[in-house]
Amino acid sequence: MNGPHIDVGLARYSDLAFTSTIIVLVIALLLLAVELAYSGSRRADARELVTANGSTVAADSGTPGVVVDVPKRLVDERIGRAGLALVYVGTAMLLVCIVLRGLATSRVPWGNMYEFINLTCFCGLVAAAVTLRRPKFRALWAFVLLPVLILLAVSGKWLYSNAAPVMPALQSYWLPIHVSVVSLGSGVFLVAGVASMLFLAKMSPLGDPGRPGRLAAVIARLPDAQTLDRIAYRTTIFGFPIFGFGVIFGAIWAEEAWGRYWGWDPKETVAFIAWVVYAAYLHARSTAGWRDRKAAYINVVGFVAMVFNLFFINLVVTGLHSYAGVG
Amino acid sequence: MRVLKRLGAYARNTWRTLTSMGTALALLFLLALAAIPGALVPQRSLNAGKVDEYLAEHPTIGPWLDRVQAFDVFSSFWFTAIYALLFISLVGCLTPRLAEHVRSMRATPVAAPRNLARLPKHQTLVAAGDVDAVAAGVQERLKGWRHTTRRLGDDGEIAEVSAEKGYLREFGNIVFHFSLLALLISIAVGKLFGYEGNVIVVANGGPGFCSASPAAFDSFRAGNTVDGTSLNPICLRVNDFDADYLPSGQALSFAANVDYQAGDDLTADTWRPYRLEVNHPLRLGGDRLYLQGHGYAPTFTVTFPDGRTRTQTVQWRPDDPITLLSSGVIRVDPPAGTYPDAGERRKNQIAIQGLFAPTEQLDGKLLSSSFPALRDPAVAIDVYRGDTGLDTGRPQSLFTLDPRLIEQKRLNKQARVNLKAGQSTRLNDGTVIRFDGAAPFINVQVSHDPAQIWVLVSAMTMMAGLLVSLVVRRRRIWVRVSPASPGTVEVELGGLARTDNSGWGDEFEKLTARLVPSANEAGVSERR
Repeated sequence: MNGPHIDVGLARYSDLAFTSTIIVLVIALLLLAVELAYSGSRRADARELVTANGSTVAADSGTPGVVVDVPKRLVDERIGRAGLALVYVGTAMLLVCIVLRGLATSRVPWGNMYEFINLTCFCGLVAAAVTLRRPKFRALWAFVLLPVLILLAVSGKWLYSNAAPVMPALQSYWLPIHVSVVSLGSGVFLVAGVASMLFLAKMSPLGDPGRPGRLAAVIARLPDAQTLDRIAYRTTIFGFPIFGFGVIFGAIWAEEAWGRYWGWDPKETVAFIAWVVYAAYLHARSTAGWRDRKAAYINVVGFVAMVFNLFFINLVVTGLHSYAGVG
Repeated sequence: MRVLKRLGAYARNTWRTLTSMGTALALLFLLALAAIPGALVPQRSLNAGKVDEYLAEHPTIGPWLDRVQAFDVFSSFWFTAIYALLFISLVGCLTPRLAEHVRSMRATPVAAPRNLARLPKHQTLVAAGDVDAVAAGVQERLKGWRHTTRRLGDDGEIAEVSAEKGYLREFGNIVFHFSLLALLISIAVGKLFGYEGNVIVVANGGPGFCSASPAAFDSFRAGNTVDGTSLNPICLRVNDFDADYLPSGQALSFAANVDYQAGDDLTADTWRPYRLEVNHPLRLGGDRLYLQGHGYAPTFTVTFPDGRTRTQTVQWRPDDPITLLSSGVIRVDPPAGTYPDAGERRKNQIAIQGLFAPTEQLDGKLLSSSFPALRDPAVAIDVYRGDTGLDTGRPQSLFTLDPRLIEQKRLNKQARVNLKAGQSTRLNDGTVIRFDGAAPFINVQVSHDPAQIWVLVSAMTMMAGLLVSLVVRRRRIWVRVSPASPGTVEVELGGLARTDNSGWGDEFEKLTARLVPSANEAGVSERR
């Protein structure tokens, strides 16, 4: 390798995009939270009104010149839509941040913890954008943004590392493959974990219809339990093979770099644990008596294992994956 | 007899419990739970030094953890017990499922329930044509389904098509689980017949090493069936080693130019070159050679009082992985004849113990290293004369002197000096110690795992099976065609999603439209 070139200017723009991402996503979260907290029960009526008007136009399409006043959208809904638009802007900014990092360092932009968390958050946001694309799921976005913002804040505050080339062990074509696949799996599991947690909230006494209290009101605005459960299940069965492939690619790489395909390195061990937990979730889903709450709890445990693997194992335990550029 | 019966019942019940889904779930959980200490408590297989440290720091809980094998989690009796039970549970669960699957593959799709309207999805249509033609049309459009047609009614005037698809789901599921078994077996075979050895080779084109016996290695981990007599012979010599670093000391690349001999080359004595790098192991048949670490081997020349010299280059242990500040010891035997007898000679051996820095940084007289590359090598050493311990009959550490020899005054400190490359120091009897410089060394690992490829193959078939079992959906439909008014028939359809029924509603409607294209809807009913 001859003289690594780091484009400091591009790296600075990448950092700028990172900061912008956080600001935009925080505003988006606030807007979505406002909608979640203040939207009244009027919305259902408003919807029906719109459809009624819509069908009137369709029925009278033969008569020209009929102009129907479309009623203005309610303020809270407009705030929510603005928040969602900002989520998309923030996701795009994060992509810019990641791409610029890659261009600045002339390598794939996931060579340390900071970059890996950015990529995982991006994958999580994209997975959520795909899963929650229907308007009725907008209420879920606030709960996806919360963990994503926590991850990004931790990553930017404590795990930031300057744009630099990676150490020899990471200089392999497996770096783009293994890390991106694991990131994608983790991002998808993030959506699954959030959906399962909300499902549990919905199934808890707090989710009882007509229960007073602000929290109960927020939970009441979430989609019904069955929908949440379905989101959790479908994202998990999507994430499970991806994460499995990520682990297998990791093993193939480990054989090349470290001399063995599996060595119970702490990161490998917790990845194994997470995989077994998700396997248990899938089995629970097809076992009578385990389907609903127990399965959801297992999914949450899986998510906890993933987060534990990301932070605790990389930052506290010393192992072969301690390349974080920290500590 | 009764006892036997009871025992039989007991065994049967145990077997049923063990192979039930609930038990499998519990075992999966236990497996995940049991692996946790493997991540949190230091493990002997990864770093024995850390285990000793932990034991020293936790004198009360440490020995207890050791007693329950918490430092060897993945070879402990309880971890083994859990996965062995899971293994049995898996076999017990899968064998009947495999038999059942084979039976269902042969069986014709089941006959329709009498009342199709009670199925989750149901539709009644009226179509033009006669019963035979419509039924034949439905069959023709059921591509990719397994289907059969039964004739019902007194004169067989009603045709009933049963169709099923998604058999691959169960197939994929079974493939996944059997591949998991194959994976575990392959891993076990690899552990039985494989071996792994590490050896340090100084990168100065010196003699290198040959992997013909475990004795050639500095450390050797063998599978249970490996007795060391039939290792695959490979010879290796290391000509040089390059490392590039950023100014911050972060490594950019490691590469060693090596020559190797294997197979016929050994008898022909031909050396082949290879550039050994991290992520680019040398693969020779079933063996792999890895560049796993590096450090420095300082060279010292000792000139004895009679003018004769001895030069030695010995690897020192890198204590700081970033700056490669290393520590170690060199033991020098006086040449024969320098001292009158063996006893006298043993009292005048020279031992040099201390620190080595590839780039010198001095804090007063305290030596540390500021950079990992060989820019300004220096040592801070204690020179001893006396019995270095090589003739004691006890194994000696490569990197430290036996402190008991010093306590017993059999080994006496003569000097403490800092030397740069080329500098020397003179002891009181005229012996001169010169620090000549250092050569890099590399840590080479030789690995042999005959079942590794099967681990990969099993992992891949496992994932293929998993994907199939997650993507394919099991569906059953029945179409009953019965004569209505002349020239038309009544077509009644019913459908059942046997797995994953999300989206089944739309799917059923599309299917209906496709199967009976020329139909007027007579009534749709849907049960939730």
